[in-house]
Amino acid sequence: MEIDPFVFRLSIFILSIFVGYYVVWSVTPSLHTPLMSVTNAISSVIIVGAIIAALAGNNENIFNEASVFGFLAIILAAVNIFGGFLVTQRMLAMYKKKKK
Amino acid sequence: MISINLLALFYLISGVLFILALRGLSSPETSRQGNFFGILGMSIAVIVTFLSIGNFSTSFIYVIVFLLIGGSIGAFIAFKIPMTAMPELVAGFHSLVGLAAVFVAISAFINPEAFNLGFTGNIKLASLIEMSIGAAVGAITFSGSIIAFLKLRGIMSGAPIIFPGQHILNLLILISIVVLTYFLCTTQNSNLFWSLIAISFLVGILLIIPIGGADMPVVISMLNSYSGWAAAGIGFTLENTALIITGALVGSSGAILSYIMCKGMNRSFFNVILGGFGGTDQISKSSNKEQKPVKSGNSDDAAFLMKNASSVIIVPGYGMAVAQAQHALREMVDTLKKNGIKVSYAIHPVAGRMPGHMNVLLAEANVPYDEVFELEEINNDFANCDVAYVIGANDVTNPVAKTDPQSPIYGMPILDVEKAKSVLFVKRSLSPGYAGVDNDLFYRENTLMLFADAKKMTEDIIKSF
Repeated sequence: MEIDPFVFRLSIFILSIFVGYYVVWSVTPSLHTPLMSVTNAISSVIIVGAIIAALAGNNENIFNEASVFGFLAIILAAVNIFGGFLVTQRMLAMYKKKKK
Repeated sequence: MISINLLALFYLISGVLFILALRGLSSPETSRQGNFFGILGMSIAVIVTFLSIGNFSTSFIYVIVFLLIGGSIGAFIAFKIPMTAMPELVAGFHSLVGLAAVFVAISAFINPEAFNLGFTGNIKLASLIEMSIGAAVGAITFSGSIIAFLKLRGIMSGAPIIFPGQHILNLLILISIVVLTYFLCTTQNSNLFWSLIAISFLVGILLIIPIGGADMPVVISMLNSYSGWAAAGIGFTLENTALIITGALVGSSGAILSYIMCKGMNRSFFNVILGGFGGTDQISKSSNKEQKPVKSGNSDDAAFLMKNASSVIIVPGYGMAVAQAQHALREMVDTLKKNGIKVSYAIHPVAGRMPGHMNVLLAEANVPYDEVFELEEINNDFANCDVAYVIGANDVTNPVAKTDPQSPIYGMPILDVEKAKSVLFVKRSLSPGYAGVDNDLFYRENTLMLFADAKKMTEDIIKSF
């Protein structure tokens, strides 16, 4: 009997929820807005699915029914990745300590 | 081409880098490094995906082009957006994640072979369930975020939209989603898949319209959480570790933020979601209040009080964001500091329209973050401070929350502004705050009301100094 790979993925999922729980509680409240924008950016790693979907077309028919959705998802996710990381960068650059 | 095992290891590295990205946010010093880890993790995930497919033909070029189109739009927005518009930007970004999840799920449903999930009309059961969950949650995130965006942007009124039978309707729709998913899995009928997505869009709209403007911090955090769960659902479908880890991180992050926001208002999550602060009974009660005397003053009075103070605490709220008063406020504080007055800022957890909203605005105005304090850190200091300057905050300072068990905001943690020797309250009128509750603080002996626009009043105080 082998363990279904789904069980492994579920384990990763559950453990990641716990990791997330402890990591996010340690985020200082003053950085909660950057936290939201950065989580936004990283959840756009969904772009890997979009890329697979987009490249699933063949050379005669690059934009077929399924790949079109992949291409659209690439645009959306790319807006988020660049927008999310850059706006986070912009915000974090503003947090300065008192000049001594 | 790289092997499937190597690919999985790289996705794991991405996932770990994302964890480090969030970890970095535990302090402002490490946060920029954290953001860099996030970018690195994302780059690794994208590059190894390209390598694993190994198809560098014409369609690859199209992928790069689309990536750059999206990327430039994103970069443009990121540089142009004013900091005061951050809540609606985040809501807008959430909607994109949601829609992207829907599109990937649709693509996987139409062409399951590409994802190794079986064949059209005969998709593996587990994959179909995962993909339905991903698509449904993604669709809810999308339409819900659009509504939140419209409300935050002011295109749609921030007032809760409530109609009879709302909760029953929502419940029926949720049941129909479960039923649809069941039949979708047994029949693999594509019409059911489309209906599932359409209904989920509707749920997103219905879920957010009854929630009022000042509850937006909860809504944004909740949608943040949903976008994570949607990503995780797709991650299971695609058997992708990076997506599963990220989805779980983002999902729990949003959930924790929602919890913190609800606690900041002393309301249960369901109370917020089921909507509508200020039901009819509360409104009628606040309308029969008697006229109480109020002391009001001008900028000269305010400047005089502050000049004679040795310590001042600033309490900013959403009104500061609306009036864009953060820069004027910083200038005023600079003037105070030049006169040897000690100044700190007190931030309530639900001040503003999203978690940490005030902190970002103050940072934008070059306020050092070590002068800005959270409620628990600073609340005891009000008793020893000479002047509390309340600018654009209201409900979060209302002492009624501690004294009147009948009040809808009873039990909500508040900033103990009333303990300061004098309170300067900048506000346009005596109108009650979002919760529809009259603020007791207006009528206190030690309160001086400054009726004006927050920015203008602050500028006038600088001039009077």
